Amino acid sequence: MSLTRREFVGTSLTSAAAFAAFPSMSFAATADEAIAAYTGGAATSDAGITLIAPEIAENGNTVQIEVSAPGAEEIIMFAAGNPNPNVATFKFGPMSGSQAATTRIRLAGEQDVIAIAKMPDGSFLKAVSNVKVTIGGCGG
Amino acid sequence: MTGQTKRAVAAMALLAFSASSLALWADEDADLVVNGEIEMIVRTEAPAHLDGALRTIYSGWVFRQDDTQAMQMDDFDNPGMLFAEQGQELFNTAMGANGESCASCHANAEDLTRVRATYPKWDEAHGAVQTVEMQVQECQTESMGMAEAWGQNSQEMLNMTAYIASIGRGQVIDVAIDGPAQATWEAGKEIYYTRYGQLELSCANCHEQNYGNYIRADHLSQGQINGFPTYRLKNARLNGTHNRFRGCIRDTRGETFAIGSDEFIALELYVASRGNGLTVEGPSVRN
Amino acid sequence: MAENVTPRVRAPREASVGEVVSVRTLISHPMESGMRRDGDGNVIPRSIINRFVCTFNGEVVVDVTMEPSIATNPYFQFEAKVMESGTFNFTWYDDDGSVYEDSSDITVS
Repeated sequence: MSLTRREFVGTSLTSAAAFAAFPSMSFAATADEAIAAYTGGAATSDAGITLIAPEIAENGNTVQIEVSAPGAEEIIMFAAGNPNPNVATFKFGPMSGSQAATTRIRLAGEQDVIAIAKMPDGSFLKAVSNVKVTIGGCGG
Repeated sequence: MTGQTKRAVAAMALLAFSASSLALWADEDADLVVNGEIEMIVRTEAPAHLDGALRTIYSGWVFRQDDTQAMQMDDFDNPGMLFAEQGQELFNTAMGANGESCASCHANAEDLTRVRATYPKWDEAHGAVQTVEMQVQECQTESMGMAEAWGQNSQEMLNMTAYIASIGRGQVIDVAIDGPAQATWEAGKEIYYTRYGQLELSCANCHEQNYGNYIRADHLSQGQINGFPTYRLKNARLNGTHNRFRGCIRDTRGETFAIGSDEFIALELYVASRGNGLTVEGPSVRN
Repeated sequence: MAENVTPRVRAPREASVGEVVSVRTLISHPMESGMRRDGDGNVIPRSIINRFVCTFNGEVVVDVTMEPSIATNPYFQFEAKVMESGTFNFTWYDDDGSVYEDSSDITVS
């Protein structure tokens, strides 16, 4: 078995110590690579998925994001400009009332937030929202 | 143009105040009601002692964007309330040699609803103006038998002051500035209008003369402290008043006063008094 | 290791059969990303909650894999469809092996 770079990273991530040992290495896959790994390179449709993010976030440290894709099995969220673009994966179980979720994330500057929904038929939906991050007036 | 004015203009250019900005803030007319029941006063007539320096005083909440504003409108969405709840636990936890908790004396926490709205306050026994933090420390060392009180900026103290503020939310701020507190208040006013640091900026330069204008991409507030301790998105934790003062003075590239110093106690009293008429919002949510 | 981790959940106490109810969760946690350095230049080790699961009567509502880009004091909002009375169980898994739990009962009629 040959490990891809991304799989190797995933493996080493299981150990917090291993992670801490190489913090400055730019080992994270780019968002494009991460998306390709998730979809297997399949084409994505932009219908049937909604991503609600602020146009301008007042502080990049806490940005509320809402995503919805009716019927999806999973929704994975990426922040393309973060050192590690992976943000979260939501797997919806049999008791879910909708395939939607809201969370608060970190954004290291202006960038695209990307959501990919995996549908039961194996297709993928994709939504992208650009978020500008305000540079605060005072560090105070 | 006097030398002093020139320096002020240079300093402002350096901080990139948007001189031509007409847009004031995100949502000038929004009202703040927390949990659909606590009605806050976020704008009101300035107290008489300001003598026209401000016509209207505004809570920092009105200068924030919609998303940040919304986080304070519901206790579940306000992460600061997590820490107020931890403060409530501490309030009911025995500490010190006497085995007492805050609740041993203050069995009905609601009796403390006016605390946040009236502090800093003159303390006759100590002959000094006391902050809420100092009052907690006094209880700890003088009544509860603790060898060492919590630090003013410790997590425990921030949690406790967040709890004390939370039970007084919606109360109208009314700190006394006359009588024995007057000398301290005057000292605080002096600090407020004194230029500090290499940028030679006073509190007033930003928060009285330029509130509503942009400082870089951010709207300057009036620097009101009715929302403290405040949960800031930038560091995702509670922040105390003196810590905020310290950050401001540091940003003038100046040597700051210490947290808990006489200077910051005086400044806290003065700045609190500029908010007389607003309501207690702590723990608020700010950027 | 994260200290004083406090979970909070909010779900309705009552609902009608088949109703879709909104659930919110918040937990105090620093979510140390592993990307920061302390004052001495040493890397602060990663320490985050890496997974959150909500079940209702033992069946999954949502199962979230979390990365360091989730903000401090993680917040989630989602919906569950309730067909009968029962219990929501909420579980957060910390990098350090700690598990934090909370629950909320609902009467469905």
